[in-house]
Order: sequence, then C-alpha cells, then structure tokens
Amino acid sequence: MSANPAAQTSRAPSAAFILKKSLISALVALVLFSLMIGVRTEAGPDGQLTYWTRFGDLAAIVAAVFGGSILIELFRQWWGPVDTARIVPAPVQGALSLAGRLIAPVLLAFTFLVPVLFYDERYILDLGILVLTYVMLGWGLNVVVGLAGLLDLGYVAFYAVGAYSYALLATNFGLSFWICLPLAGILAAFWGVLLGFPVLRLRGDYLAIVTLAFGEIIRLVLINWQSLTGGPNGVTGIPRPTLFGIPLTPGDDGLAAMLGIEFSPTHRIVFLFYLILALALLTNWVTIRLRRLPIGRAWEALREDEVACRALGINTTTTKLTAFATGAMFGGFAGAFFATRQGFISPESFTFHESALVLAIVVLGGMGSQLGVALAALAMIGGFELFRGLDQYRMLVFGMAMVLLMIWRPRGLIGHRAPTVFLERKEAISSDLVKEGHG
Amino acid sequence: MDYFAQQLINGLVLGSIYGLIAIGYTMVYGIVGMINFAHGDIFMIGGFIALITFLILISFGLTAIPLILLVMLLVSMAITALYGWTVERIAYRPLRHSFRLAPMLSAIGMSFVLTNYSQVAQGARVKPVPPIITGGHTLHEGADGFVVQLSNIQIIVVVTTVVLLAIFTWLVSSTRLGRDMRACEQDQTMASLLGVDVDRTISMTFVIGAALAAVAGMMYLLYYGLVDFFMGFVAGIKAFTAAVLGGIGSLPGAMLGGLLIGLIETLWSAYFSVEYKDVAAFSILIVVLIFLPTGLLGRPEVEKV
Amino acid sequence: MSGDSILSVDRLSMRFGGIVAVNDLSFNAERRKITALIGPNGAGKTTVFNCITGFYKPSSGAIGLTHDDGHAIRLERLDDFRIAKLAKVARTFQNIRLFPGMTALENLMVAQHNALMRASGLTFLGLIGAPSWRTAEQAAIDLATTWLDRIGLLDRADDAAGNLPYGDQRRLEIARAMCTEPALLCLDEPAAGLNARESAALSELLLSIRADQGTSILLIEHDMSVVMEISDHVVVMDHGVKIAEGTPKHIRDDPKVIAAYLGTDEEEAIAVMESGT
Repeated sequence: MSANPAAQTSRAPSAAFILKKSLISALVALVLFSLMIGVRTEAGPDGQLTYWTRFGDLAAIVAAVFGGSILIELFRQWWGPVDTARIVPAPVQGALSLAGRLIAPVLLAFTFLVPVLFYDERYILDLGILVLTYVMLGWGLNVVVGLAGLLDLGYVAFYAVGAYSYALLATNFGLSFWICLPLAGILAAFWGVLLGFPVLRLRGDYLAIVTLAFGEIIRLVLINWQSLTGGPNGVTGIPRPTLFGIPLTPGDDGLAAMLGIEFSPTHRIVFLFYLILALALLTNWVTIRLRRLPIGRAWEALREDEVACRALGINTTTTKLTAFATGAMFGGFAGAFFATRQGFISPESFTFHESALVLAIVVLGGMGSQLGVALAALAMIGGFELFRGLDQYRMLVFGMAMVLLMIWRPRGLIGHRAPTVFLERKEAISSDLVKEGHG
Repeated sequence: MDYFAQQLINGLVLGSIYGLIAIGYTMVYGIVGMINFAHGDIFMIGGFIALITFLILISFGLTAIPLILLVMLLVSMAITALYGWTVERIAYRPLRHSFRLAPMLSAIGMSFVLTNYSQVAQGARVKPVPPIITGGHTLHEGADGFVVQLSNIQIIVVVTTVVLLAIFTWLVSSTRLGRDMRACEQDQTMASLLGVDVDRTISMTFVIGAALAAVAGMMYLLYYGLVDFFMGFVAGIKAFTAAVLGGIGSLPGAMLGGLLIGLIETLWSAYFSVEYKDVAAFSILIVVLIFLPTGLLGRPEVEKV
Repeated sequence: MSGDSILSVDRLSMRFGGIVAVNDLSFNAERRKITALIGPNGAGKTTVFNCITGFYKPSSGAIGLTHDDGHAIRLERLDDFRIAKLAKVARTFQNIRLFPGMTALENLMVAQHNALMRASGLTFLGLIGAPSWRTAEQAAIDLATTWLDRIGLLDRADDAAGNLPYGDQRRLEIARAMCTEPALLCLDEPAAGLNARESAALSELLLSIRADQGTSILLIEHDMSVVMEISDHVVVMDHGVKIAEGTPKHIRDDPKVIAAYLGTDEEEAIAVMESGT
C-alpha cells in the first residue's frame, strides 16, 4: 500500500509488536483502575465509610483496553504511518473549502426554516435556541481569542454580567427587555474594560489565569452577595421578552389576541428562536464588518506580532481593550437573552465549565473563522445533547471528545484565514502561517 | 495575638498542601510551557487512592498507624504517578509541537474526564473518614483561655512537605534527571541533540509532579478528613494561582506562593469573611500580577526586539 | 556637524543591570540624508535603535527629533507607539517582523492604521459604511498598491507575507514602514541575508526613497558595499561608544575603524592597511 520502505519493515513484526503494546496498555489500565474501579467506597447510613469490590467491572475494563489497543494498532497499520493520515484529508479539505461557500448560505437558510419545519417539536426548538446561544457566545469570544489572540478563560463572567444586569434591572425597576438589552451589553463591556485595563499588559498564560480568576471572582460574588443577587438561589421571575411591548401571553393584550389567532405557548419559543438568531447574526455582521475596518485589522496584526504593531504606531493597549470590550459586549447581550429565556438565573449557570466550553468552540472552530465557530457550536452542543440519556457519563464523554478533537485537529475545523482586503483574488491563507497571539 | 498565631499555623499547613500541588504546575509549565489543567484532578485522584488504600488496610485488621500511613503514601504516590504519566501520554504528547491552545484545551478536557471519572467510579457523595491521627500539643494558653494548638497532623503535613521539598530540590539540582529537566527547560532541541531523551524527561516531570500531588491529596484527606470528586478544581486553581504568584517556573516560588495563598485564605477567613476567602486569594493574585507581572520570584522577561 | 539635522542623539547611555550597552553616545542624522550606523557585532547599534524608537527607555541622555516645520520632539519621553505615531519615526527589525498570516496588502494597510482610524471615525463611520470612509479606504489601498509596485511585489499583493521569499519580506517590511509616511526611517540591517543582486536593488530603493519622499534614513548595516554606496554620513560604534564618524570615504581609511572590525590594536591595523594597499 505504501511505497515507503520504512513503513514496510515496520509492519513485519506486527503480531508480536501489537500484542506486546496492548499487553502493556492493559497492564497500565489494570494499575490505574485497580483501586478506583475495583473498589467502590460509600458512606453508610451511620456515616461510616464502607467498601465493596467490583473485580468484574475491573476485569471488563482492562479487557476492553486490551482489545481496544489491538484494534487501534491494527487500524494504525492498515492506515499506514501517521503522516499519510495528513495527506488523506487534503482533498477532503479542498472539497470542504469549496463546500464551505455553500455550507454557510445553506446552513443559514435551514436555520431560518427550523421553526417552520419543527414547529411541533418543542425539543428541537429548544435545542436550536441553545445552539444559537453558544454560536453567539462563540462569535463573541472569537473577537478576543480568534482575532486579537488574547486568551480569555473567564468569558463567562461577561455572560453573567449581562444576565444579572437584565435580571436585576427588570425585576427591580421593571425595565423592559429592549431597554435592558443594550444596557446589559454596555455594562458587560464596561466590566471588560475595567478588568482589561490593568491586566492587558500581561502576556499569554498570565492573562489566561487572571481572566480565569476574574470569572471565579464574579461567580463567588454572585453567590455571596445575597442581598443583591439572591445568592445561590438566584433571581426568579425574570420577565419574558415582548415583541416591542406586545407580550406573548394568552391575555387580551397578547400578540395572539391582537393577530386574532389562537394562543399557543410555541409562539414564544419561536419568537425566542428568531430573537437569538437575530442577535447572533448581528454579532456575526458586526464582526465581519470590524475585520475590514482598521480596528479589526489591528486586532489581527496584534495577534500576529505585537512588537511590530507598536513600531507602526498602533496603541496596543487601547486596541486590546476594544477587542476585550467588544467580546464582552456580545457576551452581555447573550447573557440578557439567556436570562429572559430561562426566566430564572443562578450562579450555577456561570461556572468555569461554560468558559471552557465556549473556548473549546472557538478553538475547535478554527481560530478566527466565523463559519468554523458555528459548526463547532453545532457539533459540541448537539453532540452533548446526544448523550443526554447517559446522564453521569455525559461529561466524561464530553471531556474525552475535547481531547480527541484537539488531537485530531489542533488548528480547528476550518484551517485557514480569509484576507480582509484584496487586489485581485481572495485566497485563503493556510493556518500554518497564522499566529495565535501571545496574550 | 494568640488567635493570630493559631491562624498562622493553620495557614502554613494549608499553604504546604497548596505548595505541593503548585510544584507540579510550575514544573510542567517550566518544561513544556503549558498549564496542566488536569493537575488539580490528579491531586483529587491521589486523595481518593489514599482513602481506598486506608479502607482496605483497616479492613485487613491493620492497626499500626505509622505503617498504614506509609503504605497509603507509597500506594497513592505510585498509582497517581501512573495517572500523571498516562495523561501526558494520551492528551499532551501528541500535541507537543502544536498550536499553543490545543494542549491547553486538551488539558481542560482531561480535567473534565478525570473529575467525572471519579464521580462515576466512586459516586458523587463526599467521602468522610474518621480522624486517623489525633492528638496534639498546646503551645500557649492565653489569659482569656484561648489555646494555641499544634496538632500532630499539622506537624506531619509540614514535616512531610519539608522532607519532600528537600528530596525534590536535591533531585533537580544534583541528579542526572534533574540536569536533563533543566536542559529541556532551556532548549528542547539542543537537549535532544546532546543525547537527552526529551520524551522520557517530560514524562518523568509529569510523574514527579503527580506523585507530589498525591502526597498533597493524602495530606488533604488526613487534615480535613474527607475527599470528593470536585475538590480538584478549586484546589487546582488555587495551587496554580500560587504557582503564578510565586513566579511560574520557579520551584521555591511555587512553595512560597502556596504558603502565601494558604495564609491569605486562612487569615481572611479568620478576620473578615469565610465566604469571600477565595475572592481575596484571586484578587491578590490579580494585584500582584499587575505590579509584578512575572510573580514574586519569577525571572523578569526581557522583551526581545 | 552643523547643518539641518533631523535627529540628534545627545550623550545617550543605556545600561542593563551592570552591563553598559551604550555609553555616552552623541551623533546627528541630517535631514534628507542617509546616515549609517556601523560597528562590529555587539557594539550596541540595535540598542541605540531601540532607544530611538522607544522600545527601551535610555538610562540617560536625550534624543531630539525636529520635523521639517521646526516642531521639535524629545523621543526619550515618548512611548514606543507614540514615537511612530506622533514623531513619525518608522523602523524595521533585524529579524523581520511582518504579520506572516496576513497578505502583503494587509500588512501595508495595517501600517496606515492611525490615518484610517481617523477616517473611519473611530470605527463608527466605517461600521455604517459612510462615503468618506470608503474614499479614505480606497486611498489607503492605492497608497499600498503604489508601494507594492515600487518594491516589485504587486503581483504578490494577495499572498500571505509569511509565504514570500526572504528578500521580498525585507523589502515588504521597508514598504510597510514607508506606508506610515515617516519623517525618519530606521532600518536595522536591511541587507542582511540578501544576495548581491538583491542588495543592489535595496540600495536603489533606499536612494529613491530619499530622493522621492525626502525621507531621512538611519540604517544599521554590516554589508559595507551598501553602506559605502548609499550613505552620506557614517557613524562607527564599538563597545557602546562612538569611535569615528564622517563620510564613507573618510571612515574607510580610518585605522581605528579597521582595528575595531579586525579586533586588533591600532598599529597592527595600520600595518594591515599598508600591506593591503
């Protein structure tokens, strides 16, 4: 199959080699799982810890690891050396980029039709709303991480600020969703600047850890500032959104009554679906627009080489701040939407896990690619839903998927960058050249 | 004053545990330049394995506490070290020369895997153990009746930390492995050209880091008398904070950072509010980084133009 | 050293811990002239550049820049990006610092950032696509196109900068610096790694920049053929101090300069010179 002589010779001792490798894997697995799987502990009714053994489970898992590594090794040999694996997807990638031009409009058209096609399937509509929320969050964080190359591990903080801004303004002052939405965005952006100003001169992982710390601080404050935020119980009774003042309720002043149609709770779901779709598309439109403006180009230049930016007279601090604030603002919008959709929010929704999920969407999408982020959100959130039935195994599978996806495509699904301006031809730039930023 | 002295002791003990975890972060960061997000969960696994070993030993009728502790320590260090090795082998090695964010996300994924693996394997409920080591010494009895106590377990935690730190410093400064590690830290390509087995050295770094985290996990179990599947996250973040505070890449820095975080947390809880102790630790991290961007003992980064 | 100088470095010193990289250095660069800063490796030339362009804050001394209209600016008091923005000093780097993942054209557009930011009304006018912004954007593309044409890279305008050959990258970096429309252009070893033909083309480009744009140029260079051919004035540094300055011809015959380059003392250098000629 392969002309490479090295590949030929490496196949010769295959049986013994595979067996040896798989035995080692099985042995490692045996030690790893011996106590954690082989023994189960639990606190008894009197608080006393007891344990019982599960050697059957242990044996099954070790056998599975053994069989699995034989299969993986066989697959590897059949597939050839690792390098050929890279060659195979090349035409696939070519086809993908061709299809890429079609995917976006088709996907968009399909999304518009989802409420029509699945009008009676509440579950699909809810899932659609969830996916779109993460698409929007992904696009928002993409400005910070993908374009400006600033690693933000606390993006959820701005999502939380947006959600609590709307929730508190609406429940305390009775402000409507449409007034609170911009306010939520502005407040989130304000917090973004407040955090960004002192810390943006930090580089790389220092910035990452500070943003992570900031996200945790916001969450802890939300939990503990009970008088304002309701503490762990959160805020309840958050008003539902209205269609510019017209409520979507069964009452006489509701939309259904005004249009003279029969009321259905699905109306509100459909309305929420189009609302988040509009917000996400706004995010997308603004981002695409900004990329072609000097500020967006400066963000990307910053990701490529910060020193060169300064040598060209670009104020890197304000440039970073604008990226941070823009990303935070979109996070704030998404947060306000989240609050109005749920009707109830608590600090539990704003854990580090959310930040990691959104970051994974951005990185898996291919840093900076709008379409990639959308596809990654669909894959991650949709895939996550597939495992809903597995309950406690869900996060386990999710974590494994994250690891495998990163190993499979470290540079994301869409591995190229589209230029923002061109003279004659618009040619995608391979992501091997694109830098990932230092901050 | 007595109250303060007592908090100081408590803080130093907690800080020792953080410091042990922080060393793992700082070593890995120094050598491969990535935040090993799964390290906090390795610490948690270490705690669990110590707990299970303890239960088994007790059920076999063993009563000699020192022997039990020794076996717990060794088993926990050995198995947890293998966890560290496996995590590196599966999730990080394939991404060694890749895009910087890929190993970070892979590490976050691995952290989710370990957390939920423990939850699935051992259940979500907190696992309490009866106090294994009891007793202590009264250091000072104040006029108001407040007693400054130094418990035996506190002595054990601090002594273990100091001994391990000494062994570890010797390992890095005077052995072949330590030299290889320092060489890889400087320049991996050059090190491999000079005959250093880079893969093996990096694996060993993870193994040592995990073994130290296992010790921290066991100390946590002995000190607080409980473990649960989620304890790795918060402890991990705080230990990483400690590593950054001390200056990431610096071993004494990690220990110093750990002690400081432990002290800040304890004193804040004692004098202000328990609820905001984590906020205090994180805020101090942010403040320190703003004024000392490379931490307390980190080497200042000279910008190359 | 009288005459119309654009840059005057006065008693500049730069210390890193105990190491003195530049010691009490003074020299001037004249307007619309090419001044070369030469010296052996480690003489402190790049440090001087970094002080002038604000990447380092000098330990002591003053760096003054006087614009054509007589407006004088003290560079040592400004941040790096302000030196480029307000004082109009542009620079290139010894180890080329392009934006590799952006196209050649995009690189030149980024260079016009400050002008374009104003034209886009700090982004807001640009966001709504105001006509004034469109005109400004087209003008910026035209300027970039002109420069791409001058450096012979017009047909590669849409290629990623990181994909260009080394020599092209060097020229692109110069064009990028020129797109900021500088008063003073500082080039750090522009001929490094170029072959003879490319070096000649570079000399031609720099002479045309001086002639057509009237830009003053300060360059660090090791390639003596370039230095001798194009510079009007040469400053020689060794171990952080100035050891000679003058016209290229004057410098070529200075035994102190030769001694510095050969690493010998002065008498030996004179002997070498005499035996060589």
